[in-house]
Amino acid sequence: MSSAQFEIQLIASLVAVACAIPGTFLVLRKMAMISDAISHSILPGIVVGFLITHDLNSPLLILLAALTGIITVVLVEYIQKTGLVKEDTAIGLVFPALFSIGVIMIAKNANDVHLDVDAVLLGELAFAPFDRLIIGGIDVGPKSLWIVGVILLITITLLFTFFKELKISTFDKGLAASLGFSPAIMHYGLMSVSSVTTVGAFDAVGAILVVALMIAPAAAAYLLTKDLKKMLGIAICFGIFSAIFGYWVAHWLDASIAGSITTVLGIVFLIVYLFAPTKGIIAVLYREKQQRTEVSLLTFLLHLKNHDEESERHVKHLNEHINWQKVRSKTVLDLAKKNNMILIENNIVSLTQKGDEFTSKAIDYIITNEDTQIEDMKDDFFLFRG
Amino acid sequence: MDIIEYIQLVFTDYTLRTITLGTAVLGAVCGMLGSFAVLRKQSLLGDAISHAALPGIAIAFLITGSKEGNTLLIGALISGLIGTFWIRGIITKTHLKSDTALGLILSLFFGFGMLLLTFIQKQPNANQAGLDKYLFGQAATLVESDVWLMVSVASICLIVLLFFWKEFKILLFDADYTKTLGFNTKTIDILITSFIVLAIVLGLQTVGVVLMSAMLLAPAAAARQWTNSLAKMVFLAAIFGAFSGVFGTAISASQNNLSTGPVIVLVAGVFVVFSFIFSPSRGLLFKQIRFIKNRRDLQLHKTLAFMHNIAETHEDISHPHAIRLLNNFQGYTKSTLQKLVDKNYVELKGNMWSLTKTGFETAANLYTKQRTEDE
Repeated sequence: MSSAQFEIQLIASLVAVACAIPGTFLVLRKMAMISDAISHSILPGIVVGFLITHDLNSPLLILLAALTGIITVVLVEYIQKTGLVKEDTAIGLVFPALFSIGVIMIAKNANDVHLDVDAVLLGELAFAPFDRLIIGGIDVGPKSLWIVGVILLITITLLFTFFKELKISTFDKGLAASLGFSPAIMHYGLMSVSSVTTVGAFDAVGAILVVALMIAPAAAAYLLTKDLKKMLGIAICFGIFSAIFGYWVAHWLDASIAGSITTVLGIVFLIVYLFAPTKGIIAVLYREKQQRTEVSLLTFLLHLKNHDEESERHVKHLNEHINWQKVRSKTVLDLAKKNNMILIENNIVSLTQKGDEFTSKAIDYIITNEDTQIEDMKDDFFLFRG
Repeated sequence: MDIIEYIQLVFTDYTLRTITLGTAVLGAVCGMLGSFAVLRKQSLLGDAISHAALPGIAIAFLITGSKEGNTLLIGALISGLIGTFWIRGIITKTHLKSDTALGLILSLFFGFGMLLLTFIQKQPNANQAGLDKYLFGQAATLVESDVWLMVSVASICLIVLLFFWKEFKILLFDADYTKTLGFNTKTIDILITSFIVLAIVLGLQTVGVVLMSAMLLAPAAAARQWTNSLAKMVFLAAIFGAFSGVFGTAISASQNNLSTGPVIVLVAGVFVVFSFIFSPSRGLLFKQIRFIKNRRDLQLHKTLAFMHNIAETHEDISHPHAIRLLNNFQGYTKSTLQKLVDKNYVELKGNMWSLTKTGFETAANLYTKQRTEDE
């Protein structure tokens, strides 16, 4: 591994961490799309900065772009406050307009801007190590490494200083306000950090990857835990893993590094989405199926309790009268038998003592409108779940 | 180039005519379907879908090796639909919210598309040049067959919209009620979402991935300000969209170095700003005017009520009082007093004022009248 390769991976990992931290809060505050809006609308800021300084890495550029990012947020909020359109429409109106202005500005000054829109949107990480920062004649490393490093340092400092405030204002705005933390300051603080991170990262990894690095690790982590600290940690790990693994995929395919990091992020999210223990799609579908069967079982037991006549308790009756499919009735019957709730003699179904007890309790809960208690009761009675 | 010359050119020049027609039809379709997206609070869906279409374009190229527009569009359509349904899956089956789902699909699909595009570019002998026009759109590459495709899609949209108008409308405003009426909400929902995806995919070639969402939203958001009726809104949005297309094309054609997509979006943005400010019922300008007028009326009423209070204590209601008396009261100014005189509620003599009979009666009825109005 050459030093350039190492530096690329280092930059990518730092960007991943710098994005994952604000990203986690954006996802929790339901403002994920704001990051997309910011990443697009910083374009005019970048162009103006570039026209002034002619240097893609100048601090003025970052400042102006961050300013445009904040302007975006303010504009979105202003439009939303007029009540003329909903928030998402406001976002959707503001950033394409700002982006268009940026594109037109680039096109109009095409001769003296060495900046094309592709580069802003997609970035080129592979060139990052060649742009060195030289202080007093000594090469101290790639410029973007320093920029991202400083941004990360600021983000982490802010995170540690204001962790408590951020946490409260994210989960309970009212409480935060009554405790004396201004939610507005937290909000704009977070927005500023997001803007600065987006800007600082864009020329290394591009605007789209910034969005992906902000949202995807946080979303995947959110499916795995409910603890904010753990969520931050998991998001950071996912980010770093995708950054490094994505680099090697790009190396192997000889394709865009930003694209392949995003793809790895996508795969990571897909895996978590499918297999997360309680919130993954498979777990959810399984639980839904289980609940369906258990509700059917309860209906069936109630039916048995209500009817003494043998014709109503015949095994075949399930298909005919309760209108269940064959497979379904078999599953329900099997489950009931396995849990010792019913007895089947000569194809006539009757409740066991345990089944009777279960059903009586369930009726009590249903009558008193405490249906949720039935879930707890299931744990006591069921040997096997649906 | 003056306007008449330009209009003549639109009718004679093949390229300009095609582009103008194409962007106009596209704007109209987007406006129509965008109305539904905006009202269903799916405004950003357009943004997500347009980004999600990119890998489809790349894969279609990888499989067929052809750069023919329709093949790529089918790829875009499929991947757009996959993206849309994944978003729905995330929202309905997990606790992630819609904004997260949109942002995720948007960035992940787009990143994957970029990976594929760069991968294609590195392939030997690939005639891949031009695939990236889908990123930012190039209206200039529109040909007549593209316009025909747009027109046919537009007419299909229109027919389906008219045919299922009732269903779309009721689903839009009361989904639960629709379900209880026995409509298959899922099918209607999928139908309208698919049409939105189709419109977006069609627009990719013209305005590109990034700006497509604005094409969908802006005309609809502008139209929303002028009416509360769905039919009128859809119609207005189509008109706004079409005009954005025509004007945008005209402006970008009249100058060098001006790509059509961003100009169209900015023109649509101007429509939105204009509507936000000048719409009679919802616009900010008239809202402000109404606000000021209400405040003035209230001040007049307050002054009159205050006078009434004083006059009540005297047997003769027209007993003159010093203007100085009113100084304690905030709502009093020379102009409010003059207005009351104009309305014949008050008579001024020197620096004394007195209520007239009509003035007294109006003041007495002021609050009782309001009370009955409230009821």
